[in-house]
Amino acid sequence: MSDVAETVDNAVETQHGCPVVDSLGQRVLLATRENYISVVKALVDEGYTMCIDLTGVDYLNLPNRKVGHGVTPERFEVVANFLSLTLRQRIRVRVQIPENDATLPSLFDLHPGTEAHERETYDMFGISFDGHPDMTRILMPEDWDGHPLRKDYDQGSIPVQFKGSNS
Amino acid sequence: MTIVSAGTNEGGQELLSRSDLTAKELLREVGSVLRLSETEAAALASVADEAPEDQTMIINMGPQHPSTHGVLRLMLELQGETVLRCKPVIGYLHTGMEKTGESLTFMQGGTNVTRMDYASPLNNELVFAMTTEKLLGIDQDIPERAVWIRMLLSELNRISSHLLFMATNGMDLGAVSMMLYGFREREEVLRFFQKVTGLRMNHNFIRPGGVAADLPAGWRDEVLGLLDTLPARLAEYEILMTGQPIWRERLQGVGVITRDEAIALSATGPILRSTGLSWDLRRDMPYLRYDKVEFDVIVGSYGDAFDRYSIRLNEIRESMRIVRQVLDAMPQGDYRIQDKKVTPPPRGRIDESMEALIHHFKIFTEGFKVPEGEAYVAIESPRGEIACYIASDGSATPYRMHVRAPSFINIQTMPHMMRGGLVADAVAVISSVDPVLGEVDR
Repeated sequence: MSDVAETVDNAVETQHGCPVVDSLGQRVLLATRENYISVVKALVDEGYTMCIDLTGVDYLNLPNRKVGHGVTPERFEVVANFLSLTLRQRIRVRVQIPENDATLPSLFDLHPGTEAHERETYDMFGISFDGHPDMTRILMPEDWDGHPLRKDYDQGSIPVQFKGSNS
Repeated sequence: MTIVSAGTNEGGQELLSRSDLTAKELLREVGSVLRLSETEAAALASVADEAPEDQTMIINMGPQHPSTHGVLRLMLELQGETVLRCKPVIGYLHTGMEKTGESLTFMQGGTNVTRMDYASPLNNELVFAMTTEKLLGIDQDIPERAVWIRMLLSELNRISSHLLFMATNGMDLGAVSMMLYGFREREEVLRFFQKVTGLRMNHNFIRPGGVAADLPAGWRDEVLGLLDTLPARLAEYEILMTGQPIWRERLQGVGVITRDEAIALSATGPILRSTGLSWDLRRDMPYLRYDKVEFDVIVGSYGDAFDRYSIRLNEIRESMRIVRQVLDAMPQGDYRIQDKKVTPPPRGRIDESMEALIHHFKIFTEGFKVPEGEAYVAIESPRGEIACYIASDGSATPYRMHVRAPSFINIQTMPHMMRGGLVADAVAVISSVDPVLGEVDR
C-alpha cells in the first residue's frame, strides 16, 4: 500500500488509498495485493455491496503497457467489478499480480458470490486465492495440465483437409 | 360408508440400505429365499442393530438427469429424503469460448458469444456489440433506428426465453403438456426471428455499429400478430398452472432465498427480484432507450420458486408492453452507423466501385482495429445481469474477452435454496433458477 501511495502525487485522485483511473467513463481503482481486502471492505461500507464480476487477464504480450499513475504493470491482473444497488453505480478494482507469485487474498468472506469466479480465475489463469474454501478447478477436468486462458498456453489446431492441401 | 384407515405402512415399502436394517430383519429377508450357512448367518448377525443417526448418503444427480437442463451435475448429501448439502459440479460443456473469442475479430465475435446463452442469443450479441462500441467510442452515435431494433429484438428474446422457462418448468414438475404449449409459443417468436435474421437461434444479427440488416417488409404485422396471440395463451397458462393447487403446493415455500443471501451470492435477475428487491438494469441503469418506455419491474415477496415463476410470467407481459411502445416509436433511418471503419459498404456499391470491393474484403478478412483500453458493459438478460469485459490491445481481435454469465453465478444460489428441502424439491429449485448450461460452462 505504502509504495503505491508514495509514488502518487497529490494531483492524482485517490479513493481508499488507491489511485483512480477513468476508463472510458468508468471508474477504476488500482489496488495492490496488500490493500486489496481493505479497499474492498471500504467499498462495501460505501455501499458497493455486490461483487458482480471477478476475472483475470494475462498481459504476457503487453509487458510495457500503461496501467496509470505510476503503477508497475505485472503479468497478471485481477479485475473485480462492484455494484452499488443504492447508489446505482459501478466501480472496478484492478490488481496487478506478479508471475512468480500468482496469489491474491480471497474475497470469499466478504462476498461469498465470488466463489465460482475465483475458482474460474484459478482454473483459467493459475492465480490462486488465499483463504478460498475450495480452490479447485471448476470448468476444466481435475487432472488437466496448464491454465488455458494464459497467453502462453498452446492452442493447437485441427488440420483442415481440403483436396490438394498439404495438411 | 365409513372409511377405515388403510393401515398401510409406507415406510415398509422402502428398500433400506443394509446398514439400516437389524440383523434379525436381514436374516428374515434373506433366509426366506435361501437357507444360509452358519458362517453367513454369523456374518449377518454382526451387523449393528441400530443404524447411526447421523448417517448420510451422497448421491450424484446428473449430469444426464433430464431435469438438470443439460449437463449440470449436483452432488447431494442426503439424510433420507432431506437434502443436507448440495454442490453443483459444472464444466461438462466447457468449450473455451473466451479463448476462442481472443482469436476472432470484433466483427466475428458475435458468432461466438451468441452461442453462450443459446436461449437468449440476441442479448449476448447486444452486450458484446455494446462493449465493442464503448471501446470504439461510438456508443453515442448508433442510429436511432438501430437502437430501437435492438430493443425490439431484445424484448422479444426475453419473451421467447421466458416461454422456454414456462415449458421446462412445467415439464420438470410434471405438467408435461405445459412443455408443448411453451415450445409452441416460443416457436412463434422464433419464427419472427427467422424472418428478421435468417436464423431461429444464434443470429449474429446485432453487430458492432448497429444491426446486420433492416427489418423485413411486413415486420410490423408479424409483431402485432404475436402480440395478439400471446395474451390469450398466457391466460391459458394461468388456468393450467398458477391457480392449480398441485402447482402451488409444488412451488410455494420451496427454494426460499432471502434478500441478503441473494445479494451476497451476487444473484441477479428474477432470483434477486423474487426476494422483493426491485432491481432491473433496464430501469435502474438504463441502456438503449429503456428510459423512454414505460414498464413495471416485477418483484416477488417470499423469494420462493413460485415467486420466480410468477415474475417470469409477468415479465412476458411487461415485455409485450415494451414491444408495443417500440412499435409506436420505431423511427426511420439507418440501421447501422455510417462509419466506414466498422460498417462494410452496401452490396450495391461493390459492383460499381473498386474501392468498395477492397474495403469490403478488408473489413471481412482483417476486421477493424479497436483502440487500446478496457470496458465493462452490463445489460439485463432474461436470467440476470449479463456483462462483457473486453481488454483491447489496439488490434482487430480482443486481447481478453470475458462474459459475466448470469447462470454461472445464479447456480451458486442452488445449495442455499436446497438446504433442508426434499429431493423432489431439488428439481423445482433447479428449474426455478433456470440455468442455461451453455452459458454456465462457456
